[in-house]
Amino acid sequence: MQGVDTKGGAGVEAMRRLSADIRIETIRALAEAGFGHIGGSASIADVLGVLYGGVMRIDPANPGWAERDWLVLSKGHCGPALYAALALKGFFPMDWLKTVNKGGTRLPSHADRRKTPGVDMSTGSLGQGISAAVGIALGNKTKGFDNYTYCIVGDGELNEGQIWEAAQSANTFGLDRFILFVDWNKKQLDGELDYVSPPLDIRGKFESFGFQSQTVKGYDAEAIYTAICRAKEETGKPSVIILDTLKGLGVSFAERESFNHYMTIDEGMAKEGIEEIERRYAAGTYPGGDLL
Amino acid sequence: MSGITKTLDSHPMSKDEMRTAYVNALIRAAREDDKVVSVNCDLSSSTGTVPFANEFPGRSFNVGIAEANGCGVAAGLSAVGFIPFYHSFAVFSSRRICDQVFQSCAYAGLNVKIMGCDAGVSATYNGGTHMSFEDVGVLRSIPEITIVEPSDTVMMGALVPLIKEIYGVVYMRSPRKQIPDVYPAGASFALGKAALLREGADVALIASGMTVVNALAAADMLAADGIGARVVDMFTIKPIDRACVVECAECTGAIVTAENHNIIGGLGSAVAEVLAEERPTPMSRVGIRDSFGEVGTQDYLMEKFGLTPEEIYRKAKEVIKRKKA
Repeated sequence: MQGVDTKGGAGVEAMRRLSADIRIETIRALAEAGFGHIGGSASIADVLGVLYGGVMRIDPANPGWAERDWLVLSKGHCGPALYAALALKGFFPMDWLKTVNKGGTRLPSHADRRKTPGVDMSTGSLGQGISAAVGIALGNKTKGFDNYTYCIVGDGELNEGQIWEAAQSANTFGLDRFILFVDWNKKQLDGELDYVSPPLDIRGKFESFGFQSQTVKGYDAEAIYTAICRAKEETGKPSVIILDTLKGLGVSFAERESFNHYMTIDEGMAKEGIEEIERRYAAGTYPGGDLL
Repeated sequence: MSGITKTLDSHPMSKDEMRTAYVNALIRAAREDDKVVSVNCDLSSSTGTVPFANEFPGRSFNVGIAEANGCGVAAGLSAVGFIPFYHSFAVFSSRRICDQVFQSCAYAGLNVKIMGCDAGVSATYNGGTHMSFEDVGVLRSIPEITIVEPSDTVMMGALVPLIKEIYGVVYMRSPRKQIPDVYPAGASFALGKAALLREGADVALIASGMTVVNALAAADMLAADGIGARVVDMFTIKPIDRACVVECAECTGAIVTAENHNIIGGLGSAVAEVLAEERPTPMSRVGIRDSFGEVGTQDYLMEKFGLTPEEIYRKAKEVIKRKKA
């Protein structure tokens, strides 16, 4: 069992390193495939690093352990970042990452619970994962378990009406061990959120649906970790943590592109991206470096 | 084919409503298995699940008027090991949540039972918006789904424990109110295996749900003309009992299907697919001929949409003529 002993400090440093490695392995996997959803994978690398770097109660040798913490990646197209985290934690061999998006792979573009050890829900058609996460949290609560259910939704995904149906249910069922992350990276496929469908006050909307809410720097491991600790305080409410970040953050070649939802990625780009991640990590700056 | 499943000599209206037979069976299943839970979408009194909620308040969850979310919540409950039974009207349990049934339930490989009540013309006064003539068609092309349609309260009581026992997504469509009794108490059934109700060598009437009793009545009318009609209750629409369909074709050479559903996409289509691939045979489909529903009494709607014994009888005579041509 992992993940119950982190108390900040060295733990946060390990989370930062894991986030860097998640970005690196995601770039390698997508470069091997030649293409992929880099933008939204990059912007969730830090929250994944925190969750898998010490927060989540998991056992990579026993991914079906009922009393584990669960994670639903509702923005299922960012499966490659999740696969990097799971491989780095030992859920499956690292060399599986070379098969992302290739025929016969167990690591498809969108997260698939039947194919990948450690993936807790199949997602891809947006808006659905959060309802499943609510059902998972409800089921665990019904069983009397003390585990947590985490869910990551995209900010563009908030366009989907089902998100708000699920938010209502999280309140209805008093799911105080349900922690939702919104990857507020400011962009959806067709462009800026404000151009496509202005999200208005995301935090206020969730508060009006009965959530405890926080907004944090979505690229700051310590801030994310602190927010999760606060979300776990007994409030009787579900929690939302809005991750203020940028699409493509921490991946230099994606940071430069206005359309970075899905990119072709060659070896040269991968090499440059990985070197830049290591440079920023060594310098102790945020993953987004000068961008922030 | 194995033996004939006994039917009643006459078909009075059932003592219980279908929803009562359903919830009683669900409660029995839940008393034996604490994994059984109920998901509702603000239609608990319509779908008949209130007694379940009264007996198992901690295992009954109402998401309100949010069918898509309810389906996803059911999927999540299944992911942690529960056996959720999801309840709504057939129109919402199929076309409204098609993508959720696909991705969150079937594609995800989960164990969700989806109940669609007020199927077809049984929606009566709720009219066209609530009249599911397309639910089987919407769901039948989703892989791994089982689709069943009980034809009376006895079969309803028998199917609930069977669909609880198999792992996977099951869609069950049904009327909610009283319908004629077909089977004697204690009749038993096997999923995926059609019930042969009557033997006959001239034509086979393959029906499901509310049309089964009309197929039996049509068989009586045909018998008066000296025509032997084989009658089959194809209560498992998917996976369809292919062997039974082929045997019907071999034994009679003429097939009529009867369903409380559009003739496109439902039982008639499923039977036609088997016949076309395995034994091309003259056939005719009784059902809604690609039109929308409307308000009215059940009798009015059965007449209006041609679901009557007389229509099955007419179609049988016509298809027998084609056989001889």
